[in-house]
Amino acid sequence: MEKISKDEVAYVANLARLSLDGEAVVRFTTQLNDILLYMDKLGQVDTTGVEPVSHAIARKNAFRPDTIAASLPIEASLANAPDARGSCFQVPKVIE
Amino acid sequence: MELCGLTIHELQEMLRAGQTTSAEITASVFERIDAVENRVRAYITLMKESAIAEAARADEVIRSGEMKALTGIPVALKDIFCTKGVRTTCGSRILHNFIPPYDGTVVEKLRAAGAVITGKTNMDEFAMGSSTETSFFGVTRNPWDLARIPGGSSGGSAAAVAADECIASLGSDTGGSIRQPAALCGVVGLKPTYGRVSRYGLIAFASSLDQIGPFTKDVEDCAILMNVIAGCDPRESTSVPEDVPDYRTFLGRGIEGWRVGIPKEYFIDGIDPEVGAAIRESIRVIEKAGAKCIEVSLPHTDYCVAVYYIVAPAEASSNLARYDGVKYGFRSEDNRDLLDMYKKTRSSGFGEEVKRRIMIGTYALSSGYYDAYYRKASQVRALIKRDFERAFAECDCILTPTSPTPAFKVGEKTDDPMQMYLSDIFTISANLAPIPGMSVPCGYTTSGLPIGVQFLAGHFQEGRLIQIASAYESQAKIERRRPAL
Repeated sequence: MEKISKDEVAYVANLARLSLDGEAVVRFTTQLNDILLYMDKLGQVDTTGVEPVSHAIARKNAFRPDTIAASLPIEASLANAPDARGSCFQVPKVIE
Repeated sequence: MELCGLTIHELQEMLRAGQTTSAEITASVFERIDAVENRVRAYITLMKESAIAEAARADEVIRSGEMKALTGIPVALKDIFCTKGVRTTCGSRILHNFIPPYDGTVVEKLRAAGAVITGKTNMDEFAMGSSTETSFFGVTRNPWDLARIPGGSSGGSAAAVAADECIASLGSDTGGSIRQPAALCGVVGLKPTYGRVSRYGLIAFASSLDQIGPFTKDVEDCAILMNVIAGCDPRESTSVPEDVPDYRTFLGRGIEGWRVGIPKEYFIDGIDPEVGAAIRESIRVIEKAGAKCIEVSLPHTDYCVAVYYIVAPAEASSNLARYDGVKYGFRSEDNRDLLDMYKKTRSSGFGEEVKRRIMIGTYALSSGYYDAYYRKASQVRALIKRDFERAFAECDCILTPTSPTPAFKVGEKTDDPMQMYLSDIFTISANLAPIPGMSVPCGYTTSGLPIGVQFLAGHFQEGRLIQIASAYESQAKIERRRPAL
């Protein structure tokens, strides 16, 4: 049974900002099908009225004192940037 | 025995008595690394120079009589913890050149306790794997058999302790990444309750499951490290303001009168016969130590892997969206425009398994599939949590195998992701629940591969785990072997 088609794999890859070549699309389609078929077993579980887990351990309002502390200097923030100019990260032109 | 082969508490006694120095211990560890690391490949980055300087400072501290919890003890860190000024790769090409501007909380705590940091250990890329084979930096080998995997994802941290390339180490556990490699490498590994240890400065994989914990040569050392790393952190809003006990006080207390639950769903057909025999023997040992073993049921066990491989990739696909080649890490060249840069950077920066999980996660969260996958999985997760709450109403602690098999061969499962995922079958539930779990060595196969037994307890009951593990360790008297490297 096909859970996910090659077209859907290509579509999801675009959402995830990944480019997959034709061979990778075929491979991932097969593997994702196997994995998603395995996930089907969750359909056997009756979850009517079960509240989904949204927090691993419930903890409300994790406040801390609102005090001013040192933040990272600009040079340290930019030190790992593949490309930077002045106090900014630099990327390929976005606006024509 | 060389110094590098001793435990934290043994070395501390010698340091206190003036029988050795941190400089000697650290030198012994790096001599061992020189001798075996080219075969084991436990480390991505070694920090010999700074370690020697830290050891010299530790010796001054010891001479002044101010010894702290880890003064002078060489400890290794999984390369998932941010270390100020030291490259932190997470086993990925996309972070191959990332130098964090800050230390993670556990790193700060280790330093404050006086530890000597030996280096950063190898791991599956972004902690996604059960064998340390998905690392961009090559495969770590199991010190007990170099043709086999050390487990994963914290395989480097486990192998480094087993091979005496450090005295203890830290790892992280999202679905078994501390306990499974601990079992496969014959060392002690503990995954605390979610929220017990701050994740600040831990590179995120699945934020509702990730937790940091120690690898050590024995249970007492585990308690020593837990005393250092546990506690609430104002910088990490999911860390929990729950009192942290002195974990050493749980050592040697015994388990007379305890009820230990044996979940019937964990004794499945796929268990290796030698693992099964070792676990049955562990049950006898626990009974000899004065506990009563009772059968308990965790009815949703069979669904844990399916829930995990939806929840973890979904969270990962979101967490890993930040790797876009803009602020840090690898960026591709010859980019047409911004979108082209994102895609090229991510496609050549991430390895196959990471891409596969991003794909699963993106799909499970995408429009039209969210209810069928993520919501459904989160509901079944609630039932898995409830299973444990009910079981712990009947028993103090649960005993299971850690891994269904001993270490498998390098390459054995790399072509079949589903088979690889099923190797986490006994460890995943503790992350979903999210309760503490601990793996303790419980014997060897006839071919000399280590086997681990897993103990599970209720939320924030790490002390109870250390208590039963300590009782087990002294009753079982498992021979402390050293891998023949």
